[in-house]
Order: sequence, then structure tokens, then C-alpha cells
Amino acid sequence: MEHYEIIIIGGGPAGLAAAVGAREAGAENILILERDRELGGILNQCIHNGFGLHTFKEELTGPEYASRFIEQVEEKGIAYKLDTMVMDISGDKIVTYMNKKEGMRQIQAEAVILAMGCRERPRGALNIPGYRPAGIYSAGTAQRLVNMEGFLPGREVVILGSGDIGLIMARRMTLEGAHVQVVAELMPYSGGLKRNIVQCLDDFDIPLKLRHTVTEIHGRQRVEGVTLSEVDENGRPIAGTNKFYSCDTLLLSVGLLPENELSRELGVELSSVTSGPVVDDSLATNVEGVFACGNVLHVHDLVDYVSEEAALAGRHAAQFVKGKEEKWKGGKKKVPVIVENGVRYTVPAFINPKTMEKEVTLRFRVGAIYKNAFLSVYLDGSRVIHRKRPVMAPGEMEKVVLKKEWLLLADGLKNITVKVEEA
Amino acid sequence: MKYDVIIIGGGVSGCATARELSRYRVKACVLEREEDVCCGTSKANSGIVHAGHDAWPGTLMAQLNVRGNALMEPLSEELDFEFRRNGSMVVCTEEEKRGDLQKLLERGEKNGVPDLRILEREEALAMEPNLTEDTVAVLYAPTGGIVCPFGLNIALAENAYTNGVEFYFDTEVTRITRRPDGFLLETTQGEYVSDYVVNAAGVYADVFHNMVSQEKMNITPRRGEYMLLDKTVGGHVSHTIFRLPDELGKGVLVTPTVHGNLLVGPTAQNLQEKEAVNTTQEGLRTIRDRAGKSVRGIPFRQVITSFAGLRACAQTHDFIIQEAPDAPGFIDCAGIASPGLTSAPAIGEMVAEMLRTRMNLEANPEFCGRRKGILNPAKLPLEERNRLIEREPAYGQIICRCEMVTEGEIVDAVRRPLGAKSLDGVKRRTRAGMGRCQAGFCSPKTMEILARERGILMEAVTKSGGDSTLICGINKDIWQGDE
Repeated sequence: MEHYEIIIIGGGPAGLAAAVGAREAGAENILILERDRELGGILNQCIHNGFGLHTFKEELTGPEYASRFIEQVEEKGIAYKLDTMVMDISGDKIVTYMNKKEGMRQIQAEAVILAMGCRERPRGALNIPGYRPAGIYSAGTAQRLVNMEGFLPGREVVILGSGDIGLIMARRMTLEGAHVQVVAELMPYSGGLKRNIVQCLDDFDIPLKLRHTVTEIHGRQRVEGVTLSEVDENGRPIAGTNKFYSCDTLLLSVGLLPENELSRELGVELSSVTSGPVVDDSLATNVEGVFACGNVLHVHDLVDYVSEEAALAGRHAAQFVKGKEEKWKGGKKKVPVIVENGVRYTVPAFINPKTMEKEVTLRFRVGAIYKNAFLSVYLDGSRVIHRKRPVMAPGEMEKVVLKKEWLLLADGLKNITVKVEEA
Repeated sequence: MKYDVIIIGGGVSGCATARELSRYRVKACVLEREEDVCCGTSKANSGIVHAGHDAWPGTLMAQLNVRGNALMEPLSEELDFEFRRNGSMVVCTEEEKRGDLQKLLERGEKNGVPDLRILEREEALAMEPNLTEDTVAVLYAPTGGIVCPFGLNIALAENAYTNGVEFYFDTEVTRITRRPDGFLLETTQGEYVSDYVVNAAGVYADVFHNMVSQEKMNITPRRGEYMLLDKTVGGHVSHTIFRLPDELGKGVLVTPTVHGNLLVGPTAQNLQEKEAVNTTQEGLRTIRDRAGKSVRGIPFRQVITSFAGLRACAQTHDFIIQEAPDAPGFIDCAGIASPGLTSAPAIGEMVAEMLRTRMNLEANPEFCGRRKGILNPAKLPLEERNRLIEREPAYGQIICRCEMVTEGEIVDAVRRPLGAKSLDGVKRRTRAGMGRCQAGFCSPKTMEILARERGILMEAVTKSGGDSTLICGINKDIWQGDE
């Protein structure tokens, strides 16, 4: 059986950065398996700009951002296979894949990095009543049709959900000649980045209706309209607030779900909050030698953070392969990160103070909008971070950085707690 | 065009009739108003092969249910569609209702249902751990089963077609008149004439019947709404779980599907509207509320889609399979509500036999009852699968990543007899787009394959025929409409 030090599942932004990170940390024999026809993943359909401000200090489009990493992968001679679907990963890290040229094959990895990304929640998951006509698309599917195939899925558009892809598509559909009537959002706040609301809705006079949802889809063959209703605090439609919008297209941007079918079958422990693997500070999962990064781990808002996180996973996978990561050889002493008051989860969920790098970045999202609140971190009883944040919103990822020396100094550390504290 | 027999409707009853009829030398056709077979009641139902204890003894429903159940297994082998005898349970949750369970058992035995028995709580829970805590006893029917409703219907159609029955799609019958030389059927695609008509038009059967008969028929569409759950929770129950009928009616069932999903439903709502296959807030809520009465902990967070179908209910509460008394040659196959899918093989047999005796039909010496379904490469041993991919590389390319459907299967679905013409046609034949992402990833790719294989523009690719186009133009071709 063919053998690789590290096999990376997915050649999107996470997989590419993980490959580069692993190579830079000394791994020789790396293979990326990508199911689509080119590297770059979802970035290939994100032709708008705004990528790379953190990583490259310039504003790139999605394909440009991807190409920076693809070039590095090519330069470093990292192997990859396209149009290749991973069918199975076994506990002893035998990866089964399939493509047109080779058929179904098995290869052996010493370490596996999960970087499969996420998928969009479909209409069915929302239980929107009505017919099932053509013209209902998840925003990402519409984005692929428009940006990669050049086809316009509809002329008169209503968008449900104000996630970033929905906001971006409101602008894109407008630029391509469609009329976007309204973006409806169930929650009292948008799930997307503030800058996208300004640049994609406000600049095009597209109304955002918060606390609204689609309560019926009309049209038997093609969408003929949708009914929007206002909802109460519990998200239930309020009687008498129905309004009919005549349209031929409904785009859904109602959430992203990490795609962990392979991980689940492999026995990777998944978080019920993120739907992604539970990992420690090296981004290692509970299955030895299996790491995770990017949107398969938790849904990010900025690709720059994906790259940063993925490079870390690559680095640790390389160290694991070289036998430098001692913690897997027994004597694991991991401190759990507890989340309280407004903090929904953190990645990583465990930290090993002895083996961690000099710093560890905890990334997370909050569950509601907080203004002028504090982000606090406690090492057992003592508060080590108390940072004022003017605004925190569920649409934007938050982070705190913990230093190794703090954790080592905290004698017999049992818990790290992250929480929002009101002023 | 002149036919010996015209069958109105390409649903499961019409196609079962067509297939059984193709055993004889006869010029027959099926007229279907949609672009494909299996587009009405036959596509949106529970997919259950009922054991046969529900129908009243002596009814056609009872007789054809038990017969259909027995025919289903050999038929699934002959025609290569998915069927599994998973057994069914009727759950009784009140001590004082035990008598009703016993009555159901006796009714089933009268109907000729084999091997029925009543299980006590412990035994039932051991076999099906997620039954409700309140379970008192269950009626266990080991002959109960599940079938792929599309698989069955499409297999029957393909086999009928290869044995000589013609199919006309997008052909809606608008008027039927009796003439000395037979029935004249006016359609949206021209006129057809035939000696015999089989009225298998589902919820529209009354409309056609009433065109030729003075003894008026009324078919009530009864809407049933369903929720389909992800395969990760398909094992929540292994048997089909019914609830003992109570004041709320037969109640919703919880069942695994042949493809490994979990299906919960249906509701039951009588309507006037024959096209109302829309789901409703009320209906979806009812499913959630009632399913929990027989099965605990149903993970509704894992719902991937919901849908509704219309059952064609006759006032007589029985199937109506007979020649219209005042219109000789016009054979109704009407009121095919539950257990219609189960009964379909027996319905086909019965109607074909009626035609054979009336028309003195002779056997068709070329009839071949076997049909090969779409090859599922995942079922091949590894080496065989790799030889296939070497020969036909399209079988190495996954298009639908949720259901792991390859390009090879989709191409086969489009190219085979009565092949798929739309996304839904591909979906019903291959499951591409039926998984947890609900076609989010694969629909652009499947659309490309449909356009390529059928030699049509992307703009002409539809979700389900007619006006259900998926894209309306190319970028920036700003609309110059009739505003």
C-alpha cells in the first residue's frame, strides 16, 4: 500500500494552508485529496474582494487568495489529486479514495488532517411549508451557478437569512441584472459581518427585515412568490403580519454545517455546538494522529483565520509524524476550556499547558449581541483577561490569546473559563 | 392514434397494469400528463408494504393488499428494485385498548395475513428499544415491509415499455367521449382512440369516470405530510411503527426507508383541491406532536426535507376496480388510497386479467419479465468496481456526495428506456440530490450532465418538467420584459 506521512482531506483554504504548514514544519511526504476539479475550494466561487487583509495585508478576491496558497503548494512540490472523493478513513488511517483514473484505492497515512469544509443548511431543515418548485437555491449553489458557470438563477429574488453568503449574493445578483427585493432574517440581528451589510445591502438599497421569516412558498413549477411574516421573541410567526412578495427565486442563507460524515465514521468526537470535532491546542482530535482545521472544525467568518488555524494543524501533524509530539505517547494532561455566559464554544476545547506552543488562540462565537461588555478568561478562580469589546455579535468570530507562561504558573490548573461579563 | 388499450396515468397502478398487460399481444399505451412516470400520489407516500391487517375482510383492499404483499418480494427480484421485509408493529399504549389490538389481529388473520402475533411490552422493547415508554403491547407483523416507491413504479414502467407498451408524456387528457369505434381521448398533444380505457388517474379518476358514466364518482384528495430525516438517524427504529388507531385516526407512522433514512408521517386532511401537495405549518406541527406517541426521542433536528402527497380516497372506503356499469370498455382503477402501493402488483394483475378475458388476449411470446435497474457500483466487490471504472470512468466520479452517486449512474438514468429528463427524474432514479444537502452541491453538476446527455441548453433543464426551469438566462442579460 502506498504510504504518506500526512494525507489532507480537502484542497480548499484549510487543506492548502495545512499542507504548507506541514511542509514548513518538516513533513516530506504530503498528499492533498480534493473532490472538485481544482484546488481552492469555495474560494473559487467567491469572486468578490475582501480576502487576505490579515494574511497578506492587501485586499484579494477569493480565487486570488487561493492562488497564493496553490502557488506555494506547487512550489513546495506537494502532491495532490483532483476530482477525487475520499470514501472512508479507517481508525488505523487507511484512506480509501476514488477517482476516474485510478478507481477505488487505499493508501496509508501516518497522520490525517480533516479539511472538508462545510455545507449549507437546506430548506428542508427549516421546515418552511409550501410547495417544492424550482427556484429555491441555497445561496452558495446560486453563487456557483452565477460566478463559475455564468448562469443567472432568477430575476426577482427574495433572500432568507443574512449569513455572509446571502449578503454577498444579494449584491452579486443585483450586479448581474436581477432585482433583490428583500433580505429576511429570523433573528433580531444579522448572522453576517457588519461590513457585508453595509457594502452588499445598504449600498444597493436592499432592505434587511430583521425578525422576519418565510412562512410559505408559492408556485408549483417555479417559485411564484413567498410569504414573509414577522416573528416573536421565540421565532414564531405573528398572526396578521403576513406579506406576499411576488418573486421567481428564493435564496437561502440560513447557516452552515461542518461536513463531518467521514469524521463521524472514523470515530472522531464531535461537538454538539459546532458540529465539528472536539480538538486540543494542537487541533488534534480524539483519534490519534487525526487533526482538523477550517470550516469542518467550526464555521469561520474570515478565511484569514482559517489559514492561520490550518497552518497550526499542519505544523502539529508534522511534529506528530516526526514523533516530537510527546503527549500522544501517554501522560496527556489536558485542561478543559469551560464556556459560560454568552460564549457558545471555544476551539480548542482542551489545552495541554506543558506541550502547547508559546501562545494559544481560542476562537469562539457569542450567542447574542453584546455592547460594551467584557470578554474574560479565568484560570480556575483568577481572572487573566478582562477585555472591553464595544460590540460582539454572533456573526463575527471572537478570539483570546493565552500565553503558555500563564498556564504553567497556574499551579494545578483544573479549568480555563471563558465568558462574557457585562459592564 | 388507435390503440387496443389506453391507460390514463403513469403512476404505480397504471404502470403495474401496463406491465402485466404487456404479457399479452396488445397495442397499448400510457398517457401521462407529467414529464415522467411516478409524479403524483405514487411518489409521495410512506413507501410501506403493508402486512394487510387494516382493511376490512371481504374488501378489495384486504384481498389485494395481502396478494400484493406476497408478490412484492419476487417482483423486486425480477425487476431489480429496493424492497425489504423489515416487519411492522402496531403499538398499544393503553391497557384498556388491548381488545382493539386483539381485534386487529383477528381481522388480519381473516384477511390471510401470515404469522401475526401480539408481543408483550418487554419483548417488543427488546426488539425495538425506542418504542414509547408507554408501550403496553404491540401487534407484530413479520410480513410488513418497505419499498422504494419510485424504484417500483419506474421498474414497472421500464419493463412495460421494453415489452411494447408505448408511453406519452406531457400528455394531459382533456376530454373523453364514447364513439361507435371506441373511446376518443382528446389530449393536450392530439387525439387518441382506443377500445378499452384504464382509468388510473389517481386523484383525477373521478373526473375521467364522470366523463363517460352517469353513475357519478367522487374522489377526495386526502393530504398526507411527511418529514424525512437524515441517514445518521435511520436506525432510530428498525421496524415500521404504527399506532393503534384512536380518536385522532390512524396516526402517524415512524419507519426506516429502504435507503436508510427515517420517515415520519403522514397527516390526514381531506381537501377539495387536487393539486395541493404543499406542506403546511399545521401539518408539520402535527407530525412532531403525534409521532412521539409511539416512538420516543425522534431526532427532529435531523429533518432534511418535508413533503406532502395526496391519497385518492373513494367514498366507498375501498378500491374501485371495475368496468363502469354504463360504459363498457372503461375500466376504473380508482380510489387507490393506502394500501395502494402495496397492492399495485396485485392491481396490475387484476386489471390485466379483466382485459385478457374481455379481449381474448393471447400471450406475448416475446415478453421478458426481467429488468435490470441502474447499476449501483457501491454494491460491487472492489475489484469488479475498479474494472467497471476502468471500462467506464464515469463510475469513478462522484456527483452527489451525500448519497455517493456517480456520474455513471446519472448517465444511465438519463439514457435508459423512459430515462430521466429533469433533476427530479434523476433524483428518483439515482437518489442524486436526495441526501442531507438536498442537491445544494450536486444540482449544478447534474444540470450539466442533463444538458450534455440530452443535447439541450442549460436554460432548458428543469427541476420537474413544464415550466420548472432552473435558470433564467446568463449573467447581465438584463430582462427586457413586458412590464
